[in-house]
Amino acid sequence: MQSSGNVTSQTRIARLKEVVIGRALLSDSFVLYLSVAYFVVLWVFLPRLGSARNLSNLSSNIWPLLVLVIGQMFVLIVGGIDLSQTSIMAITSVCGALMMTSGLDPELFAANPLWGVFIGEQGGPAGGSVAAAPVGIAFMLAIGTLIGSANGLAVARLKMPPFMVTLVSMFFFSGLAIFITRSENVRNLPDAFLAVGQNYLGRVPTARGPVGLVPYSFFAALALAAWFVLARTILGRWLYAVGMNRRAATVSGVPTDRVIVWAYAVSGFCAALGSVLYSSRLGAGRPTLGENVLLDIIGAAVIGGISLFGGKGKVRWAFYGVLFFVLLDSSLYMLNLKFYTVNIVKGVVILVAALLDVLRNRIRLGWAPTGRAVTA
Amino acid sequence: MSEPILQFEHVSKSFFGAMALTDITLAVRPGMVLGLVGENGAGKSTLMNILGGVIASDEGQIRLEGRLYSADSPAEATRAGIAFIHQELNLFSHLSILDNLFIDGFPRIGRTPLIHRREAVRRAKEALAAVNLSISPRTRVDRLTPGQKQLVEIAKALHGGAQIIIFDEPTTSLTSRETERLFALIERLRREGRTILYISHVLADVLRLADEIAVLRDGKVVRTGPRAEFDIDAMIAAMVGRQIDQLHPIRRGKPADKVLMSVAGVTEPGIVKDISFDLHEGEILGLFGLMGSGRTELGRILFGLDPFRSGTIDMCGQPRRRRTARRSIAAGMAFVTEDRREEGLLMEASVTENMALVALPNCRRNRVPGSLDRLTLRRSVDEMIASLKIKCVNPRTAAVKSLSGGNQQKTVIGKWLLGRPTVCILDEPTRGIDVGARYEVYSIINDLADRGNGLLCISSELEELVGICDSLLVMSKGRICGRFRRDEFDKERILAAAFEGHLERGPRGSSGASN
Repeated sequence: MQSSGNVTSQTRIARLKEVVIGRALLSDSFVLYLSVAYFVVLWVFLPRLGSARNLSNLSSNIWPLLVLVIGQMFVLIVGGIDLSQTSIMAITSVCGALMMTSGLDPELFAANPLWGVFIGEQGGPAGGSVAAAPVGIAFMLAIGTLIGSANGLAVARLKMPPFMVTLVSMFFFSGLAIFITRSENVRNLPDAFLAVGQNYLGRVPTARGPVGLVPYSFFAALALAAWFVLARTILGRWLYAVGMNRRAATVSGVPTDRVIVWAYAVSGFCAALGSVLYSSRLGAGRPTLGENVLLDIIGAAVIGGISLFGGKGKVRWAFYGVLFFVLLDSSLYMLNLKFYTVNIVKGVVILVAALLDVLRNRIRLGWAPTGRAVTA
Repeated sequence: MSEPILQFEHVSKSFFGAMALTDITLAVRPGMVLGLVGENGAGKSTLMNILGGVIASDEGQIRLEGRLYSADSPAEATRAGIAFIHQELNLFSHLSILDNLFIDGFPRIGRTPLIHRREAVRRAKEALAAVNLSISPRTRVDRLTPGQKQLVEIAKALHGGAQIIIFDEPTTSLTSRETERLFALIERLRREGRTILYISHVLADVLRLADEIAVLRDGKVVRTGPRAEFDIDAMIAAMVGRQIDQLHPIRRGKPADKVLMSVAGVTEPGIVKDISFDLHEGEILGLFGLMGSGRTELGRILFGLDPFRSGTIDMCGQPRRRRTARRSIAAGMAFVTEDRREEGLLMEASVTENMALVALPNCRRNRVPGSLDRLTLRRSVDEMIASLKIKCVNPRTAAVKSLSGGNQQKTVIGKWLLGRPTVCILDEPTRGIDVGARYEVYSIINDLADRGNGLLCISSELEELVGICDSLLVMSKGRICGRFRRDEFDKERILAAAFEGHLERGPRGSSGASN
């Protein structure tokens, strides 16, 4: 047993371990592995985690967040940040609801500046119409895209810092959303609209037939479209190029300004889409919709490996990041922890994820302290 | 002969299994200037990074004044009296000279954490006087010229009590006057008994400054000796391991009569004045000028990166208005920038990604709007990598920042060639690249001209322009002060024209501005 052969086989196993761990760490799917490992470990202690009901719950929490993170990712890739996503959700939620509601309580809304002009007791302009839901949704998406484009124009043309621009939009539009509703929820939305979000809530998609599947295929299509734009189109290459080096991109003939506007427009569109889902689930237009989601969005993006410095990001990474984040969130609530304890644990787990990311980068660079040293 | 102050003994270092340094043994005596030359990737900077505590060696040791020395960090090297004046200067550009000088230890008021302002200013003035820089220590560093910044860095080193000072390519961004000043300073430092390690691609400077010269090739010291044993040819021969018969390829083609680009009366106040010239098919037109002559600015104006007040720029007979880089590319222009890092490359991206950037709009797939024909793109990029002989382990994954300067530059050139330009503007096409790669870049330029392209080569190195160009424009103070055809090339006259705007009267009667 104490032969030297054993020693070398032991070192071989150690080396193998090193290689396997190194591989997993460096892999593109690292965060996915992390999520799976986390799930499996917790499942042992919390069998409820794997129940059909909880799985369905998980996936219904994943999709709307994923939509938002994908939008945010476009902006992060061009080296910006979009803080206004949540306020876009609020304003589109309110505007869309006012557009399609079929009845407003005059006691709550008579003081509204729009009362008697666009809205009244009978609801909004599209209220009661057969096409109320499609018109309302289109209206929401249009507003979201418009606000996003305005953000983009300010960043690209006026050369304002993205943080400032979107911070201003955040304050402005979340304020505006409260102002035009006097902080009241807008109810009486058309059934067709409510169906968008309710259809899959609380259902296992495989067991309940095609109705529950519709929203899922819809999200899959959106994720696929985002992947296609980033990986297979000229615009995609330009997005990364602008994020890595805006000046070099301009010199190389990339229409930098247009690319930046596109990124913010996509982010606004995705925020509006997220708003459609959340509003539909709530069954109301809520002026404070998405209040607490912003840090979830950015947290999930960063955990997924999307760089805050621009030029790096994939739809896959966004998905993994959201998966991990939602998993973490729901498992912590399942442990019946108080909300502050949840936040503490969440912070620690995110810290560990960030440390692992640093470790990965260091392995990738081969522990060479500077690029210069290697090349020179 | 005095004891060596610094000894490298069998120093080796490898990166990812590739030997960067093999068994380096080298001794440096105090009060001497050691010139260190070698191609890019020969190991000069690696050796200096080990000395400066930036990286650790794998094997061997270093002795400082006979005692074993090893630094784990640049700060430790500084404490041991070794200062490293980097290629890219390490100053905080938003801070004042004063703050930069004392960033690692301000004088304090007693033992409080408060800065002793008056004392700091006094010492800063002293430090600046030591390098003959008469400028207020409160000046912000980003207001200084590259030459002044370098002097600040040297002042910082001297103030820290450095005995050994390493210069890594110190003259790249200096004007000739600043270079002279630097050389005088180095001379003085040597007389004061400090030891200088001087790394440069400018072999003439090394020959002029160094007492001893060491040549590195492929991580080994291939030749050392006193200056008297070397001349430029001998250094080049030792660097490349073979005799280079020629620094420039032979120019066989002749420019045609067809005008590709016609520039008339281009003026931007304070930058360029009344610039007029024609660029012909198959012509290599050189644009020479000193730092600040407006040569780079003119290149940027021609490509549409900067505006101009009046005048016209016609491409193939078409006047061009509302110019942007994008429109210039569509009109058939290419622009190889002098600043690879900031404007030329996406340093984090791969060779393939970088090369594809300009040609992207030409690789549309018709079936799906906006989508990319990746197969065609990949094929043409691969062809370009092969034809330019870009050396890279895996062009699809390796970041360009890991490539040598020569291969980086070839990547930039390849990127533009994929856009199939008719007119190429090349600003300092051989900046920071070694002798072998230079020859290759010249050959590429030559081939392009033979294929009927028009090339405008902007350079501060007269030697290379005289070697490769068909004709030459000389700029000074924003104006064209001389035009020379190949058979009229005369370095003295060209230089005289370049200095024209800097003197009271022109050394020669004619301003040279006639067509």
